[in-house]
Amino acid sequence: MSEETAILEARSVSLQFGGVRALSDVTFSVTRGELFAIIGPNGAGKTSMMNCISGRYTPTSGQVHFKGRDVTGLKPNKRAELGIGRTFQNLALFGHMSVLDNIMVGRHHLLKNNFLNGALYWLGGAQKEELDHRRTVEDIIDFLEITHIRKAIAGTLSYGLRKRVELARAVALKPDLILLDEPMAGMNLEEKEDMARFIIDLNEEWGMSVIMIEHDMGVVMDISHRVAVLDFGQKIADGLPDEIMSDPRVKAAYLGDDDDAVGGGSREVA
Amino acid sequence: MDLFFQLLINGIIVGTLYGVVAMCFVLIYKSTQVVNFAQGEFLLIGAWICWSILVQFEIPFVFGFLLTLAFMAALGIFIQMVVLRPMIGEPIISVIMVTIGLSIFMRAFSNWVFGQDTVGYPDVFGTSSVNIGGLQVQPAYLMSFVISLIIMAGFFYFFRYSRHGLAMRATAFNQQVAQSLGISVKQVFAMAWAISAMVSALAGVVVGMVNGVSSALSFIGIKVFPAVILGGLDSIVGAVVGGLIVGVLENMAEYVDGQFLHWGNMLTIAPFWVLIIILVVKPYGLFGTKDIERV
Repeated sequence: MSEETAILEARSVSLQFGGVRALSDVTFSVTRGELFAIIGPNGAGKTSMMNCISGRYTPTSGQVHFKGRDVTGLKPNKRAELGIGRTFQNLALFGHMSVLDNIMVGRHHLLKNNFLNGALYWLGGAQKEELDHRRTVEDIIDFLEITHIRKAIAGTLSYGLRKRVELARAVALKPDLILLDEPMAGMNLEEKEDMARFIIDLNEEWGMSVIMIEHDMGVVMDISHRVAVLDFGQKIADGLPDEIMSDPRVKAAYLGDDDDAVGGGSREVA
Repeated sequence: MDLFFQLLINGIIVGTLYGVVAMCFVLIYKSTQVVNFAQGEFLLIGAWICWSILVQFEIPFVFGFLLTLAFMAALGIFIQMVVLRPMIGEPIISVIMVTIGLSIFMRAFSNWVFGQDTVGYPDVFGTSSVNIGGLQVQPAYLMSFVISLIIMAGFFYFFRYSRHGLAMRATAFNQQVAQSLGISVKQVFAMAWAISAMVSALAGVVVGMVNGVSSALSFIGIKVFPAVILGGLDSIVGAVVGGLIVGVLENMAEYVDGQFLHWGNMLTIAPFWVLIIILVVKPYGLFGTKDIERV
């Protein structure tokens, strides 16, 4: 993969908490416009990887490059400004705010008017700017089909809807790369299908590159372009969904390694 | 009956002032999760700074006042950066101890620099009282009332409609998530302290004009505490209502005590009695947020 087309590159990223190695030497790259999935058993380091990309954790060693720029030392809010949006594994909506306000927070860094010219609301163009933002927000609300709950208080919504609002908030950032940490966890079949459709549309119509962590293998293999597999903090495979499905190391990681096809060497399992 | 109305008016005016200081307190608590026991000292320092600009440098009131606000904004940011930023992530009780330490330090410092005597402000308005419907009201109080209302409207607008207000609410709710949405948590914290220090100083100046400046000013910080708890620690509207209740209650207690009971000092105790009664009925305060949860 050439340098120009890679929107995100993780270069031998390692992350250590005291004696625990959450990630060791993980390298992968995501092409612009790609729908990339990270899978792996529980505790494999998927969310840690996500946090290294979004900036919540700083890797112990290795670098993260975004759009050709080294972002390893940047704070999460800086990375968000550069165009990395994310959702969280455990729902993290602003529960006491309305759906609309939740989404408006996502527009924060795009609102240029500051405190002072905000006071000159009608004179300084702040009003026009605000109208533009409202239009974008309404587009997002339409797209995610949450029009009927736009005024509702986020904390009172059902789980599936809250997941959707959280996605809307991340989309409102207008990121180039969006990180989805288990977007379908805890959903029923119908909700999952809706979510899968939204993710595909985001990728194809809105042109966002997507990195997704998901446990539902059916969905992952159906919608993602490429898949990376983490196990015990190491990347054990990376390729097209079909290749991954038939990879013996992946099978071993998921099903246990009593199989004779194991190539990954011995592991200590407590 | 005249006395009753006079005290009622006083109560409302003082109450709005308490409300404004309570809002400052809530602002810091809401966005940074710090219970700021040094709120009263912001009034004290603000009042002294303004006094010394007016009296010692003989600068006209309007400019002196603006200078004071600028100084207080800087002081608020300085305190947040130097004293409280290192405390992020520490247990809440440690942070509380730090703010108590801060309040002792600031009080001692102002005693050292400005002395312990009560000094009066120069006469800014040229008249000692204004007649409103037969009641005598001090012009400084009148000014404070108007300014308080403006500040309250400003706070409301700020939180409801401005992007910084929204960022502040988001940060109050969850710092991690706010950061992931491009909000600089450091900036939000600094802004909260700057605004809080500025507005408190404004209240300090007003009270200083009426009662003179002395270290007793910082006592307002303690009076504001029941107002804040009454309204619910994290509610701006609650702070205003709480402030009004405490202000009116104080003066009513004074009236009842002075006219009928003659027990003495009801003024100081009454707000705390009512605080206890309200908390028994509504443990989150009148307007505090209950945790909404779907299980």
